[in-house]
Amino acid sequence: MMTLSNISARSNQWITPNIAIMAVFLFTAPFWLTAVGLYDYIGLEIVIWLIYAMGFNLLFGYTGLHSFGHGAYLGVGAYAFGLFQHEVAVSLWGGLFAAVAAAGIAGLFVGLFLSHRRGLYYALLTIAFGQIFWFSAIKLRGITGGEDGLLNIPRPELNLLVTSIDLNNNVALYYFAAIILFILILFLWRLVHSPFGRILQAIRQNEMRASFAGYEVWRFKLAAFTISAMFAGMAGGLFSMAQQSAYPDVMAVHQSGLIVMMVLIGGGLVSFWGPVFGVILYYVARDILGGITEAWLLWYGLMFVLMVMFRPEGIAGVIHTLNQRFSKRPATQKAQVT
Amino acid sequence: MAFFEARNIHKRFGSSVVLEKIDLDFEQGQISGIMGPNGAGKTTCFNVLTGRYAPNRGTMTFEGRDITGLSPQRIARMGISRSFQIMNLFDDSAVIENIMIALPEFRDMRSNMIRPVFRDKMLEAEAMEILSQVGLQDVAWEPSKSLSYGQRRALEIGVALAAKPRIVFLDEPTQGLGAEATRQLSTLIKQLRERYTIVLIEHDMRFLFELADKISVIHWGQVIAEGTPSELQSNSWVQRSALGEIA
Ligand SMILES: Nc1ncnc2c1ncn2[C@@H]1O[C@H](COP(=O)(O)OP(=O)(O)O)[C@@H](O)[C@H]1O
Ligand SMILES: [Mg+2]
Repeated sequence: MMTLSNISARSNQWITPNIAIMAVFLFTAPFWLTAVGLYDYIGLEIVIWLIYAMGFNLLFGYTGLHSFGHGAYLGVGAYAFGLFQHEVAVSLWGGLFAAVAAAGIAGLFVGLFLSHRRGLYYALLTIAFGQIFWFSAIKLRGITGGEDGLLNIPRPELNLLVTSIDLNNNVALYYFAAIILFILILFLWRLVHSPFGRILQAIRQNEMRASFAGYEVWRFKLAAFTISAMFAGMAGGLFSMAQQSAYPDVMAVHQSGLIVMMVLIGGGLVSFWGPVFGVILYYVARDILGGITEAWLLWYGLMFVLMVMFRPEGIAGVIHTLNQRFSKRPATQKAQVT
Repeated sequence: MAFFEARNIHKRFGSSVVLEKIDLDFEQGQISGIMGPNGAGKTTCFNVLTGRYAPNRGTMTFEGRDITGLSPQRIARMGISRSFQIMNLFDDSAVIENIMIALPEFRDMRSNMIRPVFRDKMLEAEAMEILSQVGLQDVAWEPSKSLSYGQRRALEIGVALAAKPRIVFLDEPTQGLGAEATRQLSTLIKQLRERYTIVLIEHDMRFLFELADKISVIHWGQVIAEGTPSELQSNSWVQRSALGEIA
């Protein structure tokens, strides 16, 4: 049985083989997406949702805290980006900063209520707060535009010192988001092997032992929640650029449930890379199944049920098992998923 | 004033009184033993002394400082550490990581989000040193859930020692161990007495009488007898339960 908290032989390195593979896929995608029957915009969506999902899994998989209302922070990020463009200035970095900061503040605030709780109470509170944000987004018409949302959010250009890049092109926006995702992956990879990250994983395994080892457990839970909300905020900011609008639907409870399903199906409980598989599978399923039947979510739900029943370790778990079967090495207990 | 003092400790859960009125003194550099029948309140007493529960009445001082009602993490950071009767480890993590996380040096780096833990050779060496004290150096990189029962008991003690405690509370460390493992543990604790102040809850009387400088008997939530092992030999409760054990 593998777990997230195995010690990877390569956990000391900035760039592991898996990170390199990820980079290759990420930065070559626009060259082959259409060849495999997809399109640029889906690549952009996948990258944005990966930022969301990987930050979410720091909380969900690594720290073992079950948030079912995380869409709220993606939504807060999206609105903050849009409002910044409309009310302050048309600025890429200003907007993204506002998105991350607003989601971080929202996460910090909610986290203060959550972090002394655990288990079911924790989960229920995340849902309750998620509903509050969703409801507010619909009702605060003057700020959020109500059910219609904020429209006409511009895609500000990316100013590099000597030149500037127009992000109205989906491929350009894709590369911009992909670079952000890649930097965040490097950061997360360091984080989960750092003292802070190891303590989060210790808290998942045994909160009581962690407190008797001298750690203020609630502070770590609060930090994990806030960081994952900031990731959601970054995703939200990019999403409002991608959609050129921000609307309440992403904050709804069923949307927050989808991110949980993606992370679980992908294998986020056993692997750093779980969310990657989960997000890709979701979007590919949406496109392929969605092209065949309106009821594609039903089939996706069924897939989730089967996965939980027969392969609770998710896609990453399946890949890990296959890997061990085909490489000659015997499956030792120290075998790693990285 | 003793190194660690508990005065008039009263603890109840709802209407059920578990600790009536406990007074205990633990002296620096000694092994203090606590014995008593099952359900007497020994573990609850440890839970109060190490901050898991605040007492309803009474005070605790450590090196003259009042620690009554402090959280477990505050108490732990003052150099008070403990093992658990019901084992309490980070099961998915490697054995060595269970130790590393308990090291004060690791605690000092707790907000570092960048530095790779397993590149730190000093932390590793430090953890290996603790592991060899408890005889687990050969299984350092195994997941802790793969250990045998006796090894897990040893790891419990290792984690308590890793904190570099000024006083360490061990709750029935021999529970479930065979004769041979118990003997090894006894040898280990004899070695530890040079370096640590130890408080030991123990069911196995022979084990406790051999090790402890002073023993307190807890019954019905009170300390009913106290003294050196030889003084206690004549205590009627001790005699009765010793007889029971032999019979
Ligand atoms: N958290 C708790 N809530 C209610 N009762 C408890 C709790 N902890 C311990 N007790 C009760 O306190 C009594 C003493 O238990 P314990 O301290 O574990 O005894 P010992 O370690 O001496 O065997 C038992 O009757 C137990 O049921
Ligand atoms: Mg007990």
